[in-house]
Amino acid sequence: MKHFREIGAYFLMLGQVFRRPTKGSVLRELIFKEVEELILNSLGIVVFISFFVGGVVSIQTALNIDSPLIPDLLVGFATRQSVILEFAPTFISIVMAGKIGSFITSSIGSMRVTEQIDALEVMGINSLNYLVFPKIIALLFYPFVIGIAMFLGIFGGWVATVYGGFSSSAAFIEGIQSKFIPFHLVYAFIKSFVFAFILATVPSFKGYYMTGGALEVGKASTTAFVWTSVIIILANYVITILLLS
Amino acid sequence: MIRVKHLHKQFGETSILKDISTDFQQGKTNLIIGGSGSGKTVFLKCLLGLYSPDGGQIYYADRLLSDMDNNARKQLRQKIGMVFQGGALFDSMTVEENVMFPLRMFTDMSHQEMLHQVNEVLSRVNLNEANKKFPSEISGGMQKRVAIARAIVNNPRYLFCDEPNSGLDPKTAMVIDNLIMEITQEYNMTTIINTHDMNSVMEIGQNIVFLEHGCVAWEGDSTTIFNAEKQEVLDFVYSSNLFKKIRDIQRQK
Repeated sequence: MKHFREIGAYFLMLGQVFRRPTKGSVLRELIFKEVEELILNSLGIVVFISFFVGGVVSIQTALNIDSPLIPDLLVGFATRQSVILEFAPTFISIVMAGKIGSFITSSIGSMRVTEQIDALEVMGINSLNYLVFPKIIALLFYPFVIGIAMFLGIFGGWVATVYGGFSSSAAFIEGIQSKFIPFHLVYAFIKSFVFAFILATVPSFKGYYMTGGALEVGKASTTAFVWTSVIIILANYVITILLLS
Repeated sequence: MIRVKHLHKQFGETSILKDISTDFQQGKTNLIIGGSGSGKTVFLKCLLGLYSPDGGQIYYADRLLSDMDNNARKQLRQKIGMVFQGGALFDSMTVEENVMFPLRMFTDMSHQEMLHQVNEVLSRVNLNEANKKFPSEISGGMQKRVAIARAIVNNPRYLFCDEPNSGLDPKTAMVIDNLIMEITQEYNMTTIINTHDMNSVMEIGQNIVFLEHGCVAWEGDSTTIFNAEKQEVLDFVYSSNLFKKIRDIQRQK
């Protein structure tokens, strides 16, 4: 019953987020600030993880090919498919649920605990629009992060394959180009937009409606990470059935 | 002026406010006092519109709060300044940005005009050299003064303060009290202060409402509170050892 109530409260919150907009000049500044905090400050970890996980995917693939009947280009092909279809959009989003999600929950939760949200409301400001809407807009740039993750994942695979001596550069590149279906990219970016919306709103919900003190802010951040990850995984399943099956 | 008639508020089965009726006068410091759990904070939040009452009426200058639509409420809230217990300053903003915030949100002033206004109110609260500091870099007393500056920067008609002295040393608390009283008279505002500090009661209690178990148990001012007939009020007043000793000395004389 509690979960149904929370789902209802979440959708009611979304309704409030898009009502009574904040003044344009202030909103513009908030969006730039959120782009910096949520997108630009996340690039370092995305670059690091993408490069090395891409490398590991290609090494694992190469090491598991025993049969001489399987061509070397399979390493590039498998790396591309893994990175574009799942690793970049889904795996990175789970990592971002930890990084961005806990940041959003703890920052909004701290504002709740220290009455800063009450201060906004008393001034006649729609605090949900002020706090959550700029995050949703900023995370429209999230597919850009996923694009970087795709590129670096495949690049990491190429570096690991070629410099690890598992296959030639030509075979890897031929594998990347082999049987490429452009719709897979569309599917990955559609997923990224959905995950971006989840990343912006679920942690905001957990932070905005938390009660208690500093300890509860920590608990809310953990809960936000768990729920954001669960919802991303479920959404991934539904989108995959709808778009690929 | 704010008029409250038969206000009732309950959470679940528990009644927090029971049939509260009182007037808060313009140009005066109106104090809501009472022990912990007497309903002071809930009363203040009802007055601010943060809680919806379950019964009764609240009038802001003869306009019924519950009859106001969203636009009217928004306009009313722009006429309200609030000083929160902990200051509630935005910690990602400097002192200057905090005070400028209401102006940026609700006026079309240029940056220079806003800066001029901000400097004026900051000097009014005797805070001239902290513009570029963040709230975490200034003392508790300074934070309270910034919160007061933010509350009055938009020339509000109503000023609400929730325990403005909590966590402050007695000397700083007195400075804040006097500042609030001076500002109230200067701007002719209706000021409502939620407190359980007897020093504040003595210093700025021009109109006092004493709450007990969610009811108005007594009303008066700082000169009449020591002769109140209600035992609950006297218990509250003389819960301070200092006041108890003064009373004993006076009795001995």
